[in-house]
Amino acid sequence: MRLAIASGKGGTGKTLLAVNLAWSAPRPVDLLDCDVEEPNCHLFFKGQVVRREPVTKPVPTLVPGRCTACGLCARICQFKAVAFFGKEPLLFADLCHGCGGCSWVCPVNALMERGEEIGEVEVREAPRQRLIQGRLRVGQAQSPPLIRAVKRRADPDRLAVVDGPPGADCSLGAAIADCDLVLLVAEPTNFGMYDLELALSTVHRLGVPCAVIVNRAGRGRLDVRAACARHGVEVLAEIPESEEIARAVARGRIALESVPSLQPIFAKIWSDVLSRTRDGRSERRVLHHADV
Amino acid sequence: MKVLLSTTGRELDSPLDPRFGRAELFAVVETESRRFEIVENAAARAALQGAGIQAAELAARLGVAAVITGHCGPKAFAALQAAGIQVVVGARGTVAQALEDFLAGRLRPATGADVQGHWA
Repeated sequence: MRLAIASGKGGTGKTLLAVNLAWSAPRPVDLLDCDVEEPNCHLFFKGQVVRREPVTKPVPTLVPGRCTACGLCARICQFKAVAFFGKEPLLFADLCHGCGGCSWVCPVNALMERGEEIGEVEVREAPRQRLIQGRLRVGQAQSPPLIRAVKRRADPDRLAVVDGPPGADCSLGAAIADCDLVLLVAEPTNFGMYDLELALSTVHRLGVPCAVIVNRAGRGRLDVRAACARHGVEVLAEIPESEEIARAVARGRIALESVPSLQPIFAKIWSDVLSRTRDGRSERRVLHHADV
Repeated sequence: MKVLLSTTGRELDSPLDPRFGRAELFAVVETESRRFEIVENAAARAALQGAGIQAAELAARLGVAAVITGHCGPKAFAALQAAGIQVVVGARGTVAQALEDFLAGRLRPATGADVQGHWA
């Protein structure tokens, strides 16, 4: 069973929820830090680094002497990573999303793929938890290939908690694509609600079941429950606004250890999550993206 | 000769746009007759990335011999070069002034990009 944590707005408490859910998981768990532009789950994770590997994305390269200047490669590229001005194609690797379309349409195999390093995956082990974390290289703009690389390293037979990226774009899509359930963390502020609605529209379009967790409940006067009801999304739990929690997080501690009153809230989240995903055994959708 | 100038308005006395890829409009001028048409650079402006490349594709479709603008980044320069289009940077003032500067030889073709990408 794969559970994703997302939010739309940054700083709403995705990592707080993800690391505490991993810490309180009923079975051994893989925690997948897919916020690869700024991964931070390791700050709350006690285990040691056991592995570090580079991750590449496939980018096109021209085989000399083969191109017949048909231009099909540039026509299929949606990101201008391949441009065509009547002669050989012009390649811009940093714009490439690694989909493989250009080399696939080339009728004469003039484009081969080579791996360009975009970041690394780091694995840390603790007794009942494993943290698999992606870190995008500074200057790289496309995180989905790295997010997919993190997810491929998870054990398919284990529980997995995905700490997703902020925003409602391709990175969110890559993080939640094959998950059984998405928990959207919302804070009861105007900014929080606005971004929650953006994230909801993306999650709905991708067809992944979702529910909402309100964080910092009691702050502000916005009625998150009423707003979620309008969107047909259930609020599973509320984490109260609390200086104690903030203090624990600021010190890199697991909030559940420092603030025991949170334990029933997380126990309820886990029982709701497992019941919604047929006790964690639901089938996973297949990723539609090209495997890197 | 047909040349393209990046511009902010629809007249020859409109101020030049110093950006190429993200310019709103292109003035395409026939230098002998001074006849011109205004072309929208809408697709490139809407692009998340690769605006310069897309603008260069438009320039190539328009069949211009030179692009006259304020600055040109590395991807746009590579694309314009591949399309066989001269790149002239350092233009300022109105479209008409930039055109006169170019025709009088006060602006010379660039040999490379003069700014990084996303400079503006």
